[in-house]
Amino acid sequence: MTRRTLLGLAVAAVAIFGQSDRSSATEKFIVVQSTTSTDHSGLFDRILPVFQEKTGIEVRVVAVGTGQAIKNAANGDGDVLFVHDRDAENEFVADGHGVSRADVMYNDFIIVGPPADPAGVAGATDAVVALSRIADSDALFASRGDDSGTHKAELRLWRQAGVDVVAASGSWYRETGSGMGATLNTAIGLGAYSMVDRATWISFGNKHGYRVMVEGDPRFFNQYGIILVNPDKHPRVKAKWGQQFVDWVLSSDGQTAIASYKLDGRQVFFPNARRVP
Amino acid sequence: MLETEFNVRSPAPGWREETQRAASPEVLLETRALCFDAGGRRLIDRIDIDIRAGRRTMIMGANGTGKSLLLRLLHGLIPPTRGEVLWRGRPLDRGGRHAQAMVFQRPVMLRRSAIANLRFALAVRGFTGSERTTRETEALQRAQLEGLAARQARVLSAGEQQRLAVARALSCAPRILFLDEPTASLDPVSTHAVEQLIREAHADGVTIVLATHDVGQARRLGDDLVFMHAGRVVETGRVSDVLNAPRSEAARAWLEGRLYLDSSS
Amino acid sequence: MSSFLASLGEAVGLIVTGDPDLLEIIGLSLRVTLTAVAAACVIGLPIGAVVGALRFPGRSLAGVILNSLMGLPPVVVGLMVYMALSAGGPLGPLGLLYTPTAMIIAQTILVTPIVAALTKQIVEDLHADYAEQFASLEVGPFDRVVALLWDARFSLMTVALAGFGRAVAEVGAVIMVGGNINHVTRVMTTTIALETSKGNLEVALALGVVLLTIALIVNGAVMTFRATAARVTYA
Repeated sequence: MTRRTLLGLAVAAVAIFGQSDRSSATEKFIVVQSTTSTDHSGLFDRILPVFQEKTGIEVRVVAVGTGQAIKNAANGDGDVLFVHDRDAENEFVADGHGVSRADVMYNDFIIVGPPADPAGVAGATDAVVALSRIADSDALFASRGDDSGTHKAELRLWRQAGVDVVAASGSWYRETGSGMGATLNTAIGLGAYSMVDRATWISFGNKHGYRVMVEGDPRFFNQYGIILVNPDKHPRVKAKWGQQFVDWVLSSDGQTAIASYKLDGRQVFFPNARRVP
Repeated sequence: MLETEFNVRSPAPGWREETQRAASPEVLLETRALCFDAGGRRLIDRIDIDIRAGRRTMIMGANGTGKSLLLRLLHGLIPPTRGEVLWRGRPLDRGGRHAQAMVFQRPVMLRRSAIANLRFALAVRGFTGSERTTRETEALQRAQLEGLAARQARVLSAGEQQRLAVARALSCAPRILFLDEPTASLDPVSTHAVEQLIREAHADGVTIVLATHDVGQARRLGDDLVFMHAGRVVETGRVSDVLNAPRSEAARAWLEGRLYLDSSS
Repeated sequence: MSSFLASLGEAVGLIVTGDPDLLEIIGLSLRVTLTAVAAACVIGLPIGAVVGALRFPGRSLAGVILNSLMGLPPVVVGLMVYMALSAGGPLGPLGLLYTPTAMIIAQTILVTPIVAALTKQIVEDLHADYAEQFASLEVGPFDRVVALLWDARFSLMTVALAGFGRAVAEVGAVIMVGGNINHVTRVMTTTIALETSKGNLEVALALGVVLLTIALIVNGAVMTFRATAARVTYA
């Protein structure tokens, strides 16, 4: 009886541990440090197989906030950086961590809010005015508060609105210190407004009647960039394959793949690479 | 503390000379001014006794007088605070300990089969191969547990467990066997079986040191008697002499069923 | 409530259809966690037994340390392992970051103190029972530890299960050192975190139900094995 049980466990163990380990099966891979907005929206699921099909290179995406992605890449833990915070990206290159930066695509931010719209911002097209109105009302605002690209873009807009959110933090301004999805979940729980990129919002599944309140301001422009991590600084970087990925993303093939990705029938990322080979 | 009210000082003055006169078999174990303190209290107080080869020494006294402690000191399980234990004239060391074995009031059985308990003890004591197998079989026979060899030791009855414990102790061929109230929680049938094992061991030449509060058992099994009170040896002698005509007030009180509350030590 | 029922339905659906992605994730979860628990047992059982059974200077301090390490936050462990395995870190050249191996290392660190501390407690109790007999037989330290571990083996299965529970439910460490890379380092808990952040709460909860089911199966299997083995042993 005991022996049979043991045998059963052994069989189960073989079944579990005998399976092929992808990390060892596929040696040809690169790690891309990227953001939740690109990954969770499903973009990568769409475009990466196309790239792998063409080159045989598997792309492993670590999807975190832009701030953390940049830090990880600065530690050399990644071959390519694919994020959305141009200032931080330029700094990354200037510090020698990256070879060069190129624009890939853009989308836009939006402000979402509860159906009751307590601040009365629905339909506004001026982000700064809308934010001022939220600040002046009793409404809550949920911020990422995590140094992500979205967080930094949001802070830029608050500065332009002349609102000191640091002073308001903890009262009507709530910093979640979490990813976009977690922040949206929190915002919805609180009945708070929040700023989010359109792709994440469209693919977000827990909307609870929340709607897009503010959109269309040019300042909502959200540019994504791609950078090969500098192999001179980080010798473990797979520069050749990484460069292949960067080149492909910027190529007409890659740009077409990005443009063809649709959520709910709508294009959510707009390719704008300048050097089209 | 020195104002002792004992009729006989520790040790009994006459005993050592008397036993030395009587053909004097080898002194296996002796203690010199043995003391043990714990928690600031002296629990064993200047004990000097001799244990001679081939004798059966009964250690008696009321609960808490230090019988168990004395056995543990003799066996080297705990180090004395002062004084020493000599094994064949020399300080007790590993070699000496190897010639000793002990059985506890509540038998300590490993969570294994009866035979595995024997095997463990024998292996620890360095018995291997066929020698060990022979000794295992002998011990099982001795304890009359052949049919229960594969049974978990802990599911055996209390009497069976104690028989196994005695057999296990004897399987390592000790020269001296300490037993700490081995039958205190056993029924008469089991007690008889354990006593029979002790008699057989003695017949095989094993020296016996047994702590008991059972007067009948002391009469049945003992040659010599060491009577303790409050950490001291207050009386020693032949079992029958002490039990029939106790000289110390402590022994007399105890045998008469009186509570003797003096604890001047 | 309705969404909870929907989740249950979804969970059943996921299991019944044998969704290949889900199976891959479950397989990796089990592989990472069971390997980590096995490694933690190899390390933690002897440590716990030594601290529990032997006397040595600093023993009580060692016990306190083990007990404290039981409360290690997974994120802190993840951070430590990340810094060690990061390209610039001391173990960077091994290239283990963002691999299942990194997750196994992190979970091993997380689980070992639990195994060691609980083992210490069990062995200590058993040793209190055995101590005089061991002293009388003059059992050496090595034999003591081996004998105690062997005799406590059925209780120690529960220890391994406690470690399994901690590891399989943990997300902070594996997401940091594994990166939650699809098809590479995505396990049950990181998938739940991912689906939650996507706002797919029903799916996340369904996965939670699946995780709970797996934990139940593993616990049930071990306890059945334990009971069977104990019955055979004590028959």
